[in-house]
Amino acid sequence: MPLSAQGRMSGMTHVLDPDALSDDARALSVPLPPYRDVTRSDSAFRAFLHGLPGVDQVGAEARVAQLGTRSIKTTSKAWAIDTAISMVDLTTLEGADTPGKVRSLAAKAKSPDPTDPTCPRVAAVCVYGDLAGVAREALGDSGVHVAAVATAFPSGRASRAVKLADVRDAVQNGADEIDMVIDRGAFLSGRYLEVYEEIVAVKEACGDAHLKVILETGELVTLDNVRRASWIAMLAGGDFIKTSTGKVSPAATLPVGLVMLEAVRDFRAATGRQIGFKPAGGIRTTKDAIKHLVLINETVGPDWLHADWFRFGASSLLNDLLLQRQKLRTGHYSGPDHVTVD
Amino acid sequence: MTSAPPSPAQPHVFEYAPAPESRSIVTIAPSYGLFIDGEFVDGTGEPFATINPATEEVLSEVSAGSAADVDRAVRAARRAFEKTWGPMRPADRGKYLFRIARLLQERAREFAVLESLDNGKPIRESRDVDVPLAAAHFFYYAGWADKLEHVGLGSQPRPLGVAGQVIPWNFPLMMLAWKVAPALAAGNTVVLKPAETTPLTALLFAEICRQADLPAGVVNIVTGAGDTGRAVVEHADVDKVAFTGSTDVGRSIARAVAGTQKKLTLELGGKAANIVFDDAPIDQAVEGIVQGIFFNQGHVCCAGSRLLVQESIHDEVVAALQRRIGTLRVGDPLDKNTDIGAINSAEQLARIRELSDIGEAEGAQRWQPAGELPGRGFWFPPTVFTDVSPAHRIARDEVFGPVLSVLTFRTPDEAVAKANNSTYGLSAGIWSEKGSRILKIANQLRAGVVWANTFNKFDPTSPFGGYKQSGYGREGGRHGLAAYLKGADQ
Repeated sequence: MPLSAQGRMSGMTHVLDPDALSDDARALSVPLPPYRDVTRSDSAFRAFLHGLPGVDQVGAEARVAQLGTRSIKTTSKAWAIDTAISMVDLTTLEGADTPGKVRSLAAKAKSPDPTDPTCPRVAAVCVYGDLAGVAREALGDSGVHVAAVATAFPSGRASRAVKLADVRDAVQNGADEIDMVIDRGAFLSGRYLEVYEEIVAVKEACGDAHLKVILETGELVTLDNVRRASWIAMLAGGDFIKTSTGKVSPAATLPVGLVMLEAVRDFRAATGRQIGFKPAGGIRTTKDAIKHLVLINETVGPDWLHADWFRFGASSLLNDLLLQRQKLRTGHYSGPDHVTVD
Repeated sequence: MTSAPPSPAQPHVFEYAPAPESRSIVTIAPSYGLFIDGEFVDGTGEPFATINPATEEVLSEVSAGSAADVDRAVRAARRAFEKTWGPMRPADRGKYLFRIARLLQERAREFAVLESLDNGKPIRESRDVDVPLAAAHFFYYAGWADKLEHVGLGSQPRPLGVAGQVIPWNFPLMMLAWKVAPALAAGNTVVLKPAETTPLTALLFAEICRQADLPAGVVNIVTGAGDTGRAVVEHADVDKVAFTGSTDVGRSIARAVAGTQKKLTLELGGKAANIVFDDAPIDQAVEGIVQGIFFNQGHVCCAGSRLLVQESIHDEVVAALQRRIGTLRVGDPLDKNTDIGAINSAEQLARIRELSDIGEAEGAQRWQPAGELPGRGFWFPPTVFTDVSPAHRIARDEVFGPVLSVLTFRTPDEAVAKANNSTYGLSAGIWSEKGSRILKIANQLRAGVVWANTFNKFDPTSPFGGYKQSGYGREGGRHGLAAYLKGADQ
């Protein structure tokens, strides 16, 4: 049985919005107020999404470039590294994945730095659905979540019945978090309501499992599209919005992150429901990770600086975080032999 | 930002540990002379102290140039114009300018730290904006030095002679570059008077001139206060006066040079309208508003100090703006994470306070973010006034500080009318996702620079200058050369 996702979801107080609605695990077949009627028809939904304020690409890039100059040193760097480690969804999504590989990843997730017990564990292990059971068993009661990609990941090109079966299978195997992909074909041809309905259906199929909605922003291309897709996913009941599968380049860029964070910020201000954010793919260094933490800190604030609300989808990032952590502890850089291979 | 109460699900706030830029890279002498004819010499006026506005610590003592010192400097400049710089092959003049540009880049950190110490601006800005732009101006005009016949002023444009230049304290090095680079490229020599409160980077620039082996007398730097500036402007052997500063001083300079052979350019005050339409990219517009008014503590003549926002989105924009301002980091200018530094002087701080108090007394609503300011030094928090009417003084007078006045409009025509309803006309901003609207409004605004979906962006290739009481003449681009060449109408 999957671990309950409710432990971390219930009792959340909205420090910025005391009047906010509390979260509940209901499947949202209609959007939260004040957006109840926006999905009443294709044209209404289209008008709503195209009525969202535009994004100026140059301005968004300038903003993240400025935030990129933040200088995070000493104690704040140490805190940032530990926080980043606790937010990693340690990921393997290869055709060659085996139970052995997943077990080794699970061991690393529970104890990322075997030489240092004070090192935090990661947030989750992210695998294909058929290996969720192996991960579940290996992780036991460690508190590390099991995330599985589903819905014909990464392309999403399958019938809805197949996608929903994929989700149910992953949940049954022990996944307590599902990372789905949206139908980019439907999105790019303007069939927004279809994208929405599919997410609603997947959310229902998830049951208690936590739903992350992958927008695959590298295929949506424009920041206006990123904002619209973010709103579709949030209105449809996704618990997280996630940038990418990691299979398409560019993946998690900072301007995309900025726009998605603005979306979760605006959505909570309007509805009271807080949605998480997960950049995935392309984040390989501690420097990249810290830039994302700074981006969160100065865009949505500390409410999102926790693994319940922010994750890094990454594989090689963890080892760089560990090397930097060792460097802060010992004062000198060690080599790749001082961290474990995945 | 709202701080989160302790709770198991909530981590502590992500504090940034201090990240100060080291000031050991720059050596500040206990005292400085005037830079005349390639040498540092003592001035005959009463020396004065220059302080760090963030701490009120005295940085150095600087010579004040008397009328006699200015005369020496002008004579040196005249000699250099006649003997070395004027007759020099234009391509060789270009080589010197390229050399200066490269030296500015090589010693960029030194200049950035010194600028932040003397001026109070955040190191992020001096490092990423002031110093790179100063070098860019020298590179740009170096390229023009041997191509003046292509500027569009006839086949053989001639330099004017000796240029007397008086610059302000808000961008000390950058204003120096805007003045010196085109003057030298056109074949003139210069006597430059830096602002009284910020002389140090100009004196370091004098060192660069020596390092570049620039012939003696081509660049002369005479420090001092208003009297020194007046002596430069009124000197009979000066052929060209270039001034950037307040409208009042500019007016008196215009009177002083009236009836003389001197050519004059003035870059004066401003009260720019930053117009946000309801179809604007709101998040980027908020960034642009912040950049427009809080860049360099609002000590910017082209600052977007009047926000004109369409009434239908007023509340949304003001709320977003306040949320964003709450994340601005005010404090130590040398900290790499500081967004807003110190006000440049006690005098300027007093003026900002006075005008803000008048704003409140006239009925506008003052908003400032929570947070403490440092105990020593000159500080003013980022401030937003709402319920401002076009009749209020904070909507008309240049505050030259981090103070934004918010006004509303209903239609594009009203936006244009309100934007143009100012004695100034230096710059303006338009925020809209609709290109046709931007082009139409830009043509209707009486302002020298109109930014679209951005603000406070500078580039050496782009001319800069004002309408009305914001001055006349253009700096930057080809137009900037016209101001330093004979027979050229601007």
